Amino acid sequence: MGLTGFEVEVQRQTDGGGFVTEDMTLSMGPQHPSTHGVLRFVVRADGEVMKEAIPDIGYLHRSIEKIAEKVGWHGFIPYTDRVDYVAAMFCNHGWAMAAEKLGGIEVPKRAEYCRVIADELCRIHSHLLSVGSMAMDIGAFTPFTHAIREREYLNDLFEELCGARLTFHYMRIGGVGWDLPPGWTDKVIHFLDRFEPIVDEYDRLISYNKIYAERLVNVAVITPEEAVDFNLVGPNLRGSGVSYDVRRDDPYSIYPELEFDVPIGRGEMGTLGDCFDRYIVRMREMRESCRILRQCLRQLPDGPVIARVPRTFKPPAGDCYVRLESARGDMGWYVVSDGTAFPYRCKIRTGSFAAISMTQHVSRDLMIADLIAVIASFDLVAPEIDR
Amino acid sequence: MTEFPSMESLVHGLVESGVAPAGIPMWMHQLLAMLIFGGIVVFGFVLPIAGITTWVERRVMGRIQSRIGPNRVGPLGFLQWLADGVKNMLKEDIVPTAADGPLFRAAPYVVITGFVASFAAIPFAGNLIIADLNVGILYITAVTALVVVGILMAGWASNNKWSLLGGIRSAAQIVSYEIPAGLSIFPVVLLAGTLSMQGIIRAQGAAPWTWYLFDNPFTFIAFFVLFVSSLAEGNRTPFDLPEAESELVAGFATEYSGMRNLLFFMAEWGNLYVIGAIATTLFLGGWQIPWALDDHPVLRNALQFGVFFTKSYAFVVLAIWLRWTLPRIRVDQMMEMCWKYLVPIALVNFLGTATWMVLFPQGLAPVRWLLLLAAVVAIAAFVRRVAFHIRYARLERRHLSFNPLATARSPG
Repeated sequence: MGLTGFEVEVQRQTDGGGFVTEDMTLSMGPQHPSTHGVLRFVVRADGEVMKEAIPDIGYLHRSIEKIAEKVGWHGFIPYTDRVDYVAAMFCNHGWAMAAEKLGGIEVPKRAEYCRVIADELCRIHSHLLSVGSMAMDIGAFTPFTHAIREREYLNDLFEELCGARLTFHYMRIGGVGWDLPPGWTDKVIHFLDRFEPIVDEYDRLISYNKIYAERLVNVAVITPEEAVDFNLVGPNLRGSGVSYDVRRDDPYSIYPELEFDVPIGRGEMGTLGDCFDRYIVRMREMRESCRILRQCLRQLPDGPVIARVPRTFKPPAGDCYVRLESARGDMGWYVVSDGTAFPYRCKIRTGSFAAISMTQHVSRDLMIADLIAVIASFDLVAPEIDR
Repeated sequence: MTEFPSMESLVHGLVESGVAPAGIPMWMHQLLAMLIFGGIVVFGFVLPIAGITTWVERRVMGRIQSRIGPNRVGPLGFLQWLADGVKNMLKEDIVPTAADGPLFRAAPYVVITGFVASFAAIPFAGNLIIADLNVGILYITAVTALVVVGILMAGWASNNKWSLLGGIRSAAQIVSYEIPAGLSIFPVVLLAGTLSMQGIIRAQGAAPWTWYLFDNPFTFIAFFVLFVSSLAEGNRTPFDLPEAESELVAGFATEYSGMRNLLFFMAEWGNLYVIGAIATTLFLGGWQIPWALDDHPVLRNALQFGVFFTKSYAFVVLAIWLRWTLPRIRVDQMMEMCWKYLVPIALVNFLGTATWMVLFPQGLAPVRWLLLLAAVVAIAAFVRRVAFHIRYARLERRHLSFNPLATARSPG
């Protein structure tokens, strides 16, 4: 029985005594418990040591980019939720930004604030799932439930904001769908007051746990040069010590008005760019998001939350590329308009896709258990890879 | 020292008082008594303890993970373990086509045999033991090693690569950790001068400072080495590599379903109790109670059983607590820990205890008190910390949710 669609070269080795050993080919996924959605890795292993892990993607391909060409500018927003359903706000935001850039629409100030508030809440939301499931993949189940508990509050907040808990469909071309509900900002402040100590508690619970750190440090080290060569983005890139954040280096929306730090990996427990650095960068980014949220809520201006956009929105012919810092890094939207009510072409560039192409490179000579840590530390989200 | 009537004398008493029919050779009476008691132990204690431990684990884990745990079947969800047992028995017993049928079917029974057989030498009370073997502790170490055979069989016969990896990991792990575990038993055997479980307990007393745990610094360390090694032998976190669900799907049990899967897990949860019972017997004074109660054998045995059960079950709760707190170590780290740290430490303990016995044949009282004090301080600090966290969690509970709808939906 072969692994369909994959010809893995099985290597036979003979040691001095004429004893022939053969590599084992393992098919990890698509229904493996820790491949985060439907990923598949074809693993060539010698016992517990992997020679190679070849990612096999495409199980979650839903032709989202093609759908954009058929449903029109406004109609595509709900579909963008599904591009990365763990952090749907960013995809909403990316599409809205692209359409606004093509149509030359000025977004009201309050709408921009609403967007950034929603984005940063969503970043916490996504990072909580990432660090939680990372702990679970390493074998500690409890941190996961604690992260999910906090995430549940965020889900409640999002539900109140836009009626959905996962696929938000909050942003519109020209602004956001609804203004912040009355009393909602107080709840966000309340959440932040509660959440910031919880991050410390999370650090005490798991981050610096000896076993946990031992599993992550010096595993799958990515040097800054490699990270740039392989086009890693977001926390994965910053984990390797490259300080690059679209919010700061190519600012959009109201980010220039906000003050925040860009945490980078420092190799504090082991080597720069190991799994632990990528993990700890996410923990620190959550704190930064809290900081941004507090600033936004303090400076929140009054005014309309959506610009006047015609129902049959027809941006002039042309193309544009917008980028924003999603929870998984630099997300790029290349949209071509031919002046009709339907986009001519849409191409999404996502962080997970860059990361998964790196797994094959970094997974050489690791243990099988390390592959799980690598997948988790890259924060791979299958829908974002396949779209 | 008080007279402890053994099971033999009990049987003698029954025969003399006419409760048991005379005219049958005494060894048959003995055998019958052992079988009956063994049956009572297996069906009245071993299987429920394994089942109830699953419920305890799920409740404790629920609390640790800030959720509720099973609460639907019976009061506090107590009957959940029975419901799960019935569910598993009613499920289809699937044998994969490519599996090695006979081996695949036999594996769970080997595992459960290794686990149940260890109960034969566990001293529940002064008179409650199936067989007080003169090689008791050695026997338990030997039969629990049967588990690895079963797990290896399951891993191989499933004809699944994940199962195979789990089985191999398990074999490597259990065989390796047998060594520090065995070496940690030796200091106690040296001190007690016997391998019999009852003998080891009788050599200790009811008061903590007479326990072997506090006898000398080496036994103190040996206790922890034994506990860690037992966790590894019992496939418990942080050593649950053989069934590492996030790596190997379900390890050796991947292809099992229904009753056979249940048998594996019964052995796992029951083994927790065996771990506790061994540690209690060797280091914590077993069933020793401060009163002789010579005239009330039933009361005495009941008290002793209570004491023994409480001590050994404390280990079960501790193991559960550890499981839901710690991550899993990697297979090479697991081996490194065993061979580079635990085995040398255990060897030093063994030699150290022997030297100690030569230097201080009567023991050294200040050292005992110092060790006891250290343990009490550590436990007090731990309890204080836990109490603080529980208070902290209570404060936060009112803010469980921001959304009034969600609050209304969430179960009591």
